[in-house]
Amino acid sequence: MGRILLLRSWHGLIVIMGVTIVVFVVTRMIGDPVDIMLPLEATAEQRAAFEHQLGLDRPILVQFFDYVWSLAQFDLGDSLWQNRPALEIILERLPLTLYLCFSAIAVAVLVAVPMGVIAALKPGGIIDKITVLLSLGALSVPQFWLGLLFIMVFAVQLGWLPAGGAASFKHLILPALTLAIPTMTRLVMVVRSQMMDELNAQYVKTAEAKGMPLFRIVGLHAMRNCAVPVMTLTAWEFIRILSGYTVVVETVFAWPGLGLIALQAIERQDLVLLQAIVFVIAVIVVVFNLAVDIIYKVIDPRIKLD
Amino acid sequence: MEYPSDSTHPDGDEAPDLNAPQIQEEEKTSTFAKAKALLSELWHDKPGFVGFVIIVALVLMAIFAPLIAPYDPAEQSLRARLIPPVWQERGTWEHVLGTDHLGRDILSRIIHGSRISMIVGVAVVALAGGFGITMGLIAGFFGGRIDAAIMRFVDTIIAFPGLLLALVILAVIGPSMTTVIIVLALNGWMVYARMTRGIVLSVRQMPYVEAAEMVGGRSFHVIFRHILPNMMSPLLTLGVLEFARIVLAEAALSFLGLGIQPPATSWGLDVANGKDYLFVAWWLVTIPGCAIAITVLAINLLANWARVTSDPQEREKRFATSVAAMRRRKKSSSPAIQAAE
Repeated sequence: MGRILLLRSWHGLIVIMGVTIVVFVVTRMIGDPVDIMLPLEATAEQRAAFEHQLGLDRPILVQFFDYVWSLAQFDLGDSLWQNRPALEIILERLPLTLYLCFSAIAVAVLVAVPMGVIAALKPGGIIDKITVLLSLGALSVPQFWLGLLFIMVFAVQLGWLPAGGAASFKHLILPALTLAIPTMTRLVMVVRSQMMDELNAQYVKTAEAKGMPLFRIVGLHAMRNCAVPVMTLTAWEFIRILSGYTVVVETVFAWPGLGLIALQAIERQDLVLLQAIVFVIAVIVVVFNLAVDIIYKVIDPRIKLD
Repeated sequence: MEYPSDSTHPDGDEAPDLNAPQIQEEEKTSTFAKAKALLSELWHDKPGFVGFVIIVALVLMAIFAPLIAPYDPAEQSLRARLIPPVWQERGTWEHVLGTDHLGRDILSRIIHGSRISMIVGVAVVALAGGFGITMGLIAGFFGGRIDAAIMRFVDTIIAFPGLLLALVILAVIGPSMTTVIIVLALNGWMVYARMTRGIVLSVRQMPYVEAAEMVGGRSFHVIFRHILPNMMSPLLTLGVLEFARIVLAEAALSFLGLGIQPPATSWGLDVANGKDYLFVAWWLVTIPGCAIAITVLAINLLANWARVTSDPQEREKRFATSVAAMRRRKKSSSPAIQAAE
């Protein structure tokens, strides 16, 4: 167990290093940071001064090792736009993004699991057909558009909920729901098919024959066997949401999290901040994956991590 | 020995005569007959057929966009700003789906926007699919160290925060259709590689591949002649599903301002433009969004059909239900059969 975790951590480290290298290559070698960050009318002297300030006039390898060395010390550089450490900005915004992501995942699981189970109880029945149709429909709707529709209906027409911002719990409802819906639909499909498989298993027939009530069979026996695949997908969906989809939803609802700041960093051409955000997200994803591996082992001792 | 001739056996008497036309059609090897058989099969899956029809219509619309579109999608008119669709109070037949904040005809923009979705979708699927399938074939066929190296690489890339990295690349290189295609392809080839490798590994154990190798077929010959044809249907299904994902991704990137740039038209871009007019003109956001949703839904329906059709187990299930339905109908209509049984 310890050895395997060590191996997993090593793989995680490789991922983080890979992301670092890709970001470095893209920002320093493919694009010219000076071009991107300075206005077009900057003079040659201004450009040179800026290059010197960022250390871009040094050999590329020196720059790379310097970059990695400062990352290792948790120094992610200073944001050019806000003139303060990028890490400080990120730590300010990260809780809001995590709050949004966890709420979305919670909503998705709380809706998807019962829905999937009910659909699986009678395969081909009315509820099952409606569930499948709804999932297929919801999966086809672009997320940003869904968010805008929610704003139009619940904020503009009905005036029940605010259209944007993050001031109160009310502000959370629409973005969390928008973020949750694609996850929910994929989760419903997995819960449904897993549950169908389990309900066809011999142990369920035995339990039925003994006269065990249905909710006990489902809740006590079948659910536990479904837990691992459902958890795998949930973890995967969380990573998906965190590593991209929040950008879209945070933009639609002006939710001041990491995704919104990433987009603003692009608009202000603040590459330092953007690099820092990508790095932090990569670290979170790797740590999260590691945590999920450990949780698996605890839940189901049969799983071998290799 | 008696079993096949036993005419009262449930499978013995009915299955073949239901099957007969299908078998005959499959025996004709001409591509026309094959296409006809496939189409008739598609006809029996109503949602899949609807999806297919919508996709054909979309492709035609994209190809003939300049001929169909009533206006130039970029033509602005200050006098004709924010006209609602025809069924609304102030709507006119001149602009069936209304106009946007610059007086551009929305119907024309939708028609032209379909081009971007189709081009990006096809290009990304071809690029990502081509590269991913090649990697998967190499990994699965040669195995050993090559396999380990490639799959390690795939594992690492999959663990990347893909969309964020895409944003960085787009921010640095500058958004355009080409960059969108490249970024989405870079993000999507791993799925094909994993799937291809999985199939190759299972197919490699099959006697016919072993036989081909034993006879002395070279690796390339064995891969392309014997292994590749056997993975066509799952890969095609994956490709169609990925196409749907790409259409959504392109729309999202364009919406964020990092995809297609004006004056080009894209559905995602149009939704972004209409965002500021949510309070006064609902159709600016709703109509292009509907176009995206309908397209993706159609692709998903077709993919669903392709998945079921290419899976022998699912086909058998479907065949069994149709036979059961036939029997039920026969039983209720003619008591003679009932008596015979």
